[in-house]
Amino acid sequence: METLKKEVQEKTAVKTVKMSGAEAVIKCLLEEGSTLAYGYPGGAIMPVYDELYKYKSQFHHVLSRHEQGAIHSAQGFARVTGNVGVVFATSGPGATNLVTGIADAQIDSTPLICITGQVGSHLLGSDAFQETDIIGISTPVTKWNYQITKASEIPEVFAKAFYIAKSGRPGPVLIDITKDAQFGQLDFSYKKCQSVRSYKAVPKLNIEKVKDAAALINQAKKPLIVWGQGVILGGAENEFKNFIEKTGIPSACTGLGLSALETDHPLHVGMVGMHGNYAPNVLTNQCDVLIAIGMRFDDRVTGNLNTYAKQAKIIHFEIDPSEVDKNVKTNVAVLGTVKESLVEIMQFVNEGNHQEWMKEFHKLYEIEKETVINDQLNPTKEGLTMSEVLAGINKETKGEAVIVSDVGQHQMIAWRYAKFTKTRSNVTSGGLGTMGFALPAAIGAKMGAPDREVIAIIGDGGYQMTIQELGTILQTKAAVKIVVLNNSFLGMVRQWQELFFDRRYASTVMTNPDFVKIAEGYSIEANRVSKREDLAAAIKKMTDSKEAYFLEVVIEPESNVFPMIPTGASVSDIRLS
Amino acid sequence: MEEKKVYTVSVYTENNIGILNRLSAIFLKRHINIESMTVSESEIDHVHRFTFVVIVTETLIRKVVLQLEKQIEVIGAFFHTEEEIIYHETALFKISSEHLYDENIQNKLKFRRAHIIAITERYFVIEASGLKEDIDNMYQKLKPYKLLQFVRSGRIAISRPRMAISEVLKEKS
Repeated sequence: METLKKEVQEKTAVKTVKMSGAEAVIKCLLEEGSTLAYGYPGGAIMPVYDELYKYKSQFHHVLSRHEQGAIHSAQGFARVTGNVGVVFATSGPGATNLVTGIADAQIDSTPLICITGQVGSHLLGSDAFQETDIIGISTPVTKWNYQITKASEIPEVFAKAFYIAKSGRPGPVLIDITKDAQFGQLDFSYKKCQSVRSYKAVPKLNIEKVKDAAALINQAKKPLIVWGQGVILGGAENEFKNFIEKTGIPSACTGLGLSALETDHPLHVGMVGMHGNYAPNVLTNQCDVLIAIGMRFDDRVTGNLNTYAKQAKIIHFEIDPSEVDKNVKTNVAVLGTVKESLVEIMQFVNEGNHQEWMKEFHKLYEIEKETVINDQLNPTKEGLTMSEVLAGINKETKGEAVIVSDVGQHQMIAWRYAKFTKTRSNVTSGGLGTMGFALPAAIGAKMGAPDREVIAIIGDGGYQMTIQELGTILQTKAAVKIVVLNNSFLGMVRQWQELFFDRRYASTVMTNPDFVKIAEGYSIEANRVSKREDLAAAIKKMTDSKEAYFLEVVIEPESNVFPMIPTGASVSDIRLS
Repeated sequence: MEEKKVYTVSVYTENNIGILNRLSAIFLKRHINIESMTVSESEIDHVHRFTFVVIVTETLIRKVVLQLEKQIEVIGAFFHTEEEIIYHETALFKISSEHLYDENIQNKLKFRRAHIIAITERYFVIEASGLKEDIDNMYQKLKPYKLLQFVRSGRIAISRPRMAISEVLKEKS
């Protein structure tokens, strides 16, 4: 009876305020601490935009130039801050234009809330104007989605959406709201969601597995760590560093794991994968214990699975049970957050150093340096290389910038050569490989980290996929630095055509516009360099600028990214030329 | 090459709109054909149960079940071999009344789990239930009598091992 009384008191104590569904949407976002969203208005989302207008002193809305731009900006924001990115779009084409970004966020585990307007509930399924089944379309690429048809559902659904988007392995959530639900009235009260009964955000850590992992690690003579974005998503950078420093194990990262550990750390032995470093790829097939931490054995990391680390015992620290044994069979799987697992394992692992084993990495690094890196950074050819641009940027920024890369050769070069000193500094489309990601993502990254230098590295192809977002920069004055590495080719496809299709350059030659004039048309200061002697000064001028800046670098048209693991080859068959 | 087998996949979910899409998308993305499917309430209030039948390797079904279980509104997902389940399928046969007193049909009804559930002037309806093979057999036997309509259900199955859904719910909440 007492409990019941208490419950009744508590229930009546919750103050409710009458408001429209549209206003409730903004209130929910504010309750979750979200004060910034990207989006594009349209018929079915107009009631929400009307509230955005009324709430503009508390909530900032960035008008993108295309919904794809909006969602990539929200992703960029989420990636640098770790907070949930929010994006608005209208029904129909507004919603479908989000799909690429949603799929990108799903595969790269980026927390997003996508809010789409929908036609009135009485019109659902009638092929009404700008009606599309965005729930059906987005289902395979969202962590969760829900269609709201009554205003009263809004607070609970938003609370659940935020919880799902950011808990466990993060991901995108889409909420579709019919227009009548936006206009409808509700008694608003908000309670944050703490759990969903059918959803287990984090598997319970099994300490026995931690001990098993520690035993393997302690016995290992040639251990190798491969870490991924899980270290960053779990905020476990310090725990990770403590772990590798205690055990002295050489550590390599995946593309999305970059920046979790500073590039110059003595135990950092580079990046694995298709265009990763020579040593960690080759030695993957010589190590005796492979310790995977917050990574998912993507095919671009493993190459041919039949020849991947077959000699090694595999330990996998992972939050998502469906990733365990998905691609690589493990000997010990430690389920749970990387952070908790790495804290626990510290009491069981011995202090160690693996200097002899480490020498193997140094030896192979020297080979890569002599055959690839030296020529990239100090080329003998006249044409500029992408790598020397990255080296120039490193010099000016001292590795403190957020590097936002697009997709293609320049991205691989950025991953290979950018120096990182701070976590959450490598914003890129990893799993989906979405060309057009970088420019809008850089806008979001700059807004998420306004005090940091944000430099977008983009190819001439990808740049033109979302070039309209220069308009967003013009309007918001986001001080993004844009570097277009222009080789007048779709470079990565051209590289494959050269190597595997007898140089038949099918549709990879680009006739490009005057990028400098285009930037200037958007009132963005712009510069073009094509000579080595002008490069350093041009980069300095860009980084000295306090405003948005565009720098085009004319690159040697037919240069390739090496090392390279050809598709289907083993990681140890990585080619240096 | 790992051998493909028949697996019965049981998925316990919340009773919400759109879950079928979410589950079928997992099979779709791995290019797996769903041989049969039923959805119903389960032994727990407000919890629904999907029963899929697929023919795949064990390695694959393990991965698929984990991906099904990963969906937010899925409470638990399990897979079982034919030996681990007790299952049933039902079929309805609509046949012209002229065959009602045919001895062959009457004999078939005697020996199988089948009976007539409706008779009209123009037609009668036989309901049969059993294993997939039983229904296949019955279908072959009745086919010569000009089936006016034939329909069969997906599989419903009870597993011999426990599927601890109540515990999962308790643990998660």
